[in-house]
Amino acid sequence: MTDARTASQVRFEARLWLAQRASAMVLALCVVVHLATIVLAVRGGLSAAEILERTRGSVAWLFFYALFIAAVAVHAPIGLRTIIAEWLGWRGRSLDLAVALFAVLIAAAGLRTVLGLYA
Amino acid sequence: MPSNLAVQPAMHSVRVWRGTGEGAFRRYDVPASQNQTVLDLVTYIQRVLDPSLSYRFACRVGMCGSCAMTVNGRPRWTCRTHVAKVAAEGEIVIAPLANMPVVKDLAVDMRAFFDKWALAKGAFAPSDDATADFAVVAPGSPERREADAAIECIGCGVCYAACDVVAWNPDYLGPAALNRAWTLVNDVRDRGQSERLLAVAGDAGCHACHSHESCRTYCPKSLNPTASIAGLKRAVARAVVGGTL
Repeated sequence: MTDARTASQVRFEARLWLAQRASAMVLALCVVVHLATIVLAVRGGLSAAEILERTRGSVAWLFFYALFIAAVAVHAPIGLRTIIAEWLGWRGRSLDLAVALFAVLIAAAGLRTVLGLYA
Repeated sequence: MPSNLAVQPAMHSVRVWRGTGEGAFRRYDVPASQNQTVLDLVTYIQRVLDPSLSYRFACRVGMCGSCAMTVNGRPRWTCRTHVAKVAAEGEIVIAPLANMPVVKDLAVDMRAFFDKWALAKGAFAPSDDATADFAVVAPGSPERREADAAIECIGCGVCYAACDVVAWNPDYLGPAALNRAWTLVNDVRDRGQSERLLAVAGDAGCHACHSHESCRTYCPKSLNPTASIAGLKRAVARAVVGGTL
C-alpha cells in the first residue's frame, strides 16, 4: 500500500472511531431518556394508544427519536463492520459499502417509524 | 518448622509441553523445596530428568524477561512465580507462550513480536544532530509523565501472549509495540510523529484494541498498555481532526 493510501485509510478509520464514540455518547443519553420514559410515564399499561397519545404532534419527541435513530444509524454499522472483519475476515471496500447500506436501512426504517409516531 | 512445609507435597507433578506445533504434554515428578519457583522446576527437569528439554532463561531474578511461559493457562515470568502460588491449583502445567510459533518445547519464536516494534515505528527519530546540546525535558511535564508510565517495558512478550486481539488478528501490532510507540509519541525530541501515528492507527493498530486489559492484568511490570493504546487512539483522532495527518 502506498503512503497516500495508508494515510487516507488511517484518516477514514480514525473518523469512524470518532463517529462511533460521539454517537455512543448521544446513545447513552437517549437510552436513559427512553427507558426512564417507559418506566415512569406508563399509566394504563404499555399500550400503543398511550404511546401515540404522548408522541402524536409532539415536535420534541419527533426530534428526540430522530436524533436517537441518527445515532443508531451511525453507531451500529461501525460496530458491525468491526465484528464482521474480526469474526468473518471480510474487509475492504465491499464491506464498507455493505455496512453503509445497513446504515441507510436503519435510518430509513427508523425515521419512517418516528414519523409514524408523530403524525 | 514453618507451617507451610507441612502442607507442601514431597513431589510436584509437573506437565510440560514437549515438541513443536505438533506435540504433547509429558509428566515429570520434581522434588519440592522451599521458595521454589516454576523456573526451578523447569531447570530441575532439564538438568536431572531430561536434558533434551528446551527453554529460555537468563537472569533468573525478574530483570531480563526471557523466561516467560504459560503456567496453568496464564502467561507469567517463571522466575517470579513461586510454585507454592500455583501448586494450590493442583497439577502444574507449563506450556510455551501463546500467540507465537513454538520453536521447540518451551521456547517460542519471538521474531514477529519484535518485528512489530519496528513496524510500529518503535525507534527514536532524532531531530538534533549529534553535536547539539542535551535536550531538556522537564520531569514533571505531562508528556514526560505519560512516557514514564509506559517506559519500563522489557519486551518479555507476556502481554502479547495474553492478548485476545493478537489471537484473532495476526497482523495486530500488539500491546508491547503500541505501548512502545506511545512512549515515543510523548517524546518531545522525536521528529517521526506523523509516520508513527500512521503506522499505529487502523485495523492492525490501536483501533483494533478491545480494551479487554489482559495485557494490564498479566504485565509482570504492572504496566498498562491498554491505557497507552487509548492514548494512541486519542493522539490519532487529534491529528486527524487537526489536519496534521
